[in-house]
Amino acid sequence: MLDIRNLRIEATSYPPGEAPRHVVLVDDVSVAVAKGRVLGLIGESGAGKSTIGLASMAYGRGGVRLTGGEVWFNGRDIRQADAGALRKMRGHEVTYVAQSAAAAFNPAWRLMDQVIETSLLHGLMTRAEAEARAVALFRKLGLPDPENIGRRYPHQVSGGQLQRVMTAMALCPKPDLVVFDEPTTALDVTTQIDVLAAIKEAIRDTGVAALYITHDLAVVAQIADDILVLRGGRQVEYGTTDAIINHPSQAYTQALVSVRSIDHVEKVSSEPVLTVQNVTARYRGTGFDVLKNVTVDVAAGQTLAIVGESGSGKSTLARVITGLLPATAGRISFAGRVLSPDLAARTKDDLREVQMIYQMADTAMNPRQTVGTIIGRPLEFYFGFRGAEKRAKVQALLEEIEMGRGFIDRYPAELSGGQKQRVCIARALAAKPKLIICDEVTSALDPLVADGILKLLLELQVRENVAYLFITHDLATVKAIADKIAVMYRGQVVRYGSKTDVLTPPFDDYTDLLLSSVPEMRLGWLEAVIGSRKMESAGN
Amino acid sequence: MSRIPLSALIGLVITGAFFFLALTAQWVAPYDMAAIMGGVWDPISSEHWLGTDAIGRDLLTRMIYGGQVTIFVATCSTILSFVLGSILGFTAATAGGWVDQVMSRLVDLVMAVPTLILALVILTAVSVSVPTLIIVMGLLDSTRVFRLSRAVAVDITVMDYVEAARLRGEGQRWVIFNEILPNALSPLVAELGLRFIFAVLFISTLSFLGLGVQPPLADWGGLVKENATGLVYGIPAALAPAICIAVLAISVNLVADWVLARTTSLKGGRGG
Repeated sequence: MLDIRNLRIEATSYPPGEAPRHVVLVDDVSVAVAKGRVLGLIGESGAGKSTIGLASMAYGRGGVRLTGGEVWFNGRDIRQADAGALRKMRGHEVTYVAQSAAAAFNPAWRLMDQVIETSLLHGLMTRAEAEARAVALFRKLGLPDPENIGRRYPHQVSGGQLQRVMTAMALCPKPDLVVFDEPTTALDVTTQIDVLAAIKEAIRDTGVAALYITHDLAVVAQIADDILVLRGGRQVEYGTTDAIINHPSQAYTQALVSVRSIDHVEKVSSEPVLTVQNVTARYRGTGFDVLKNVTVDVAAGQTLAIVGESGSGKSTLARVITGLLPATAGRISFAGRVLSPDLAARTKDDLREVQMIYQMADTAMNPRQTVGTIIGRPLEFYFGFRGAEKRAKVQALLEEIEMGRGFIDRYPAELSGGQKQRVCIARALAAKPKLIICDEVTSALDPLVADGILKLLLELQVRENVAYLFITHDLATVKAIADKIAVMYRGQVVRYGSKTDVLTPPFDDYTDLLLSSVPEMRLGWLEAVIGSRKMESAGN
Repeated sequence: MSRIPLSALIGLVITGAFFFLALTAQWVAPYDMAAIMGGVWDPISSEHWLGTDAIGRDLLTRMIYGGQVTIFVATCSTILSFVLGSILGFTAATAGGWVDQVMSRLVDLVMAVPTLILALVILTAVSVSVPTLIIVMGLLDSTRVFRLSRAVAVDITVMDYVEAARLRGEGQRWVIFNEILPNALSPLVAELGLRFIFAVLFISTLSFLGLGVQPPLADWGGLVKENATGLVYGIPAALAPAICIAVLAISVNLVADWVLARTTSLKGGRGG
C-alpha cells in the first residue's frame, strides 16, 4: 500500500558563521508497508526516521526537500501529486501521531472538536457519526469515561491520556496508514506500556497499516511486524521483527540489541559521605510537601540511584541537597559536617565537594563560553589556577573524559550531544568533588552514546573515588550503575536498600509496577506484562 | 557573517556619514556657527549652500553643528540609559523576590507618566544645560531598557548554566557579567538602535519646545524652531533640519532591523 523506493531527501543547513551547506538527510531508502502491517523505523537522533515518516505523506519540514525516489501510496506516486490532491489525502488516507501530545493539541479547543476535525473537513461523516466513532475509539483505547472525556480541554487530562486521544484523532477518519512518531517517548515507563498496549490493540482492531517511529528497539519489538534500522539516513538492516531482534546480521543492529548490558557488581557498603535524614521540603507559596520524611545515604565512592516517575520528587531531592531549595525539616550531613540548608550559608568547600551534572547538557553550558572557559572556571574559582597552568589542567581533564585536547577552544554548539555531556562531567570533576549529583544525565542521549557516558562515569568513580547520587527514571541505567537504590513515589522513599535487595522479590506494588514496565527486548513481552499487573499506573 | 542586505547597507552608509560629519564638524563646517554672514533667509547660493537662517547665519554650518549636538546628546543619553537600565534590569532578574518587586514597581510608576510631560516638568525645575539634558533623558529612557533587559535576563537566569554558577558559589557580579550579559547582548544591541532614534526624536522635540539645547547652540529640533516662522513666507529653511531628523531615524532603523533580524533568526537564535 505504501511503497517508498530509493528515497533521497536533502536540506540546506545554515551553520552559524559559515556558508550554507548542502546535506543529505536520507539516501537510497526503500520500504514497503502492506495493509494491516506495522513497520517499525528505528535509529538514533539524526538517523532520518521522522523525515521518512513525514515523507510518506509527501511532506518535508521547513527547508527539507524530497529530491529523489518515489513514494507510492494507494497506487499513485504522491511525490508528483499537486497540493490539492495532497490535501485530500492527508488527514484522510494517511494520518499522523506526534511525539509531544501536549504541544500538538490546541489548548483552546475541546478534545472532541479536535478529534473529529479532519473527518468533518474531508466530509467523511456527519458530526454525529464522527462523534459516535470518536467515543467508540476512546473506549477502545481504554480512556476513562469515553462518553464525556471529549468535552474536556487538553490540560484537563494526563499526558498518557492525551497521547491516546491523539491516536483516536488519527484513527477517526478511517485512514489506511497512520504514522506514529515516537508516541510514547515523552511518557513515564508505567504509562508508556498502557499507551503502547492501547495503540497495539487499536491497530489490530481497525486493520490500518502503521509506520511506527522510535529510538527504542524494545518498544518497537512489541508492536511492529517488520523493522527497518536506520543510521545517518541510510538503511542498515530491514527484516521481520523476529529476525532483527533474535538474529541481527549487521554490527550496528547487534550493538542496538545488546545495549545497556553493562555488568556492574555492587560494592560492599562503606562509610556514608552524604546522609539525608528525615528531610521534608515544599516549594514556597504551596501548601504541599514535595518531599516527605526522606532518609537516604550515599556511601563514599559508591552510587545511590534514585528511581521514580516524573513528579515523584527525585529532582527536588537534588535541589534540597545542593541547597537551592532549603528543606523545611530534617538534616543533611556531608563528609562528617552538617550542611546548612541554604546555599548562601555554605562554605566554598561545601560547594566544591558537591557537584552537579544536568540532564540537558545544552542548557547546562553557557553558549558564549568555550570548553576551556567552562571547565577552567572551577579550577580558577576553587584552586586559583590561571594561564598556562589552568590550560594544561583543562587539557588533562579533556583527556580523562576521552576527548581530544583540541576541543579546548570549541564552543558548545560545535559539540555533539555526548561530547557536551562529557564536558559537563569534566566541569564537575575539575572541582575535585566527593559527590556528584547526576540528574537524568543519560536520558536525553541516544542509547549507544548513553552507554558510553555510563561506562565513563563508572571508570571515573574508580579512579577519583567519587560518589554519585544518580537520579533516573530508567531502570536499565540503574542496573548498570547503582550500588544502592531508593525508589521514590509521590515524595516518599517506598523502597530503599542495596541493588540486589531492591531488585529481588518480594516487591511492594509500586516497585513491581515500575520494574515490570521496563520494555524488554523479546516478543510477546507486552501481553505478558499487561496480564500480570497488580497496580494501575499513575497515568490512568 | 552573512551578506549584508541592501537596505542595511544604505542605512549603515547614511548613519556613518552623519556620525562622520558630527565628529568632524569643527573642520568641515564652512563658517563659524554663530557668525552672522548675510541677510535674513538668503536663498541658496554658492557661498551659502543651504542659504542663511532667521538672523543671517550660514544654515549649512548650523546644520552640521546641530547634527553634532543632536547626535552627541542622543548617543550619551542612550549609553547612560543602557548602562543603568541593563545593570538594574539584570540585578532585578537575578536577585528576584522583593528586590525585583520594588525595582519593577518603581519603574512602573515612572513609566505611568508620559515621558515628555515628565521631562518638561523636570527641565522647567532645573537649569537646562547639555549635561542635565543627557541625564534626564538617560534616566527616563533607562526605564524601558530596564524592562527589556529584565525580561531577557529572566529567561536566561532559569538556564542550568546560571544555576551551575550559583552552585559553584559565584557572586552576583560574575553571574551578571559573565553568564547573563554575553547571552543578552544581541537583543540589547538591536534595541540600542531603536532607543537611539527615540533619543534623537526626544531631544529634537524638547528643543523645538524650547526646553532642550539653549541658544546660541542649537540642535536640529532647535533649528526647526528658529526657522519655523519662515515656512509662513514660503521659505524652506526649517525643512532641512526636519529632513535630517527623518533621514537619520530611518537609516538607523534600517540597521537596527537588520541586527534584530539576525539575532532572532531561526538559524542563529540568541547564540548567533
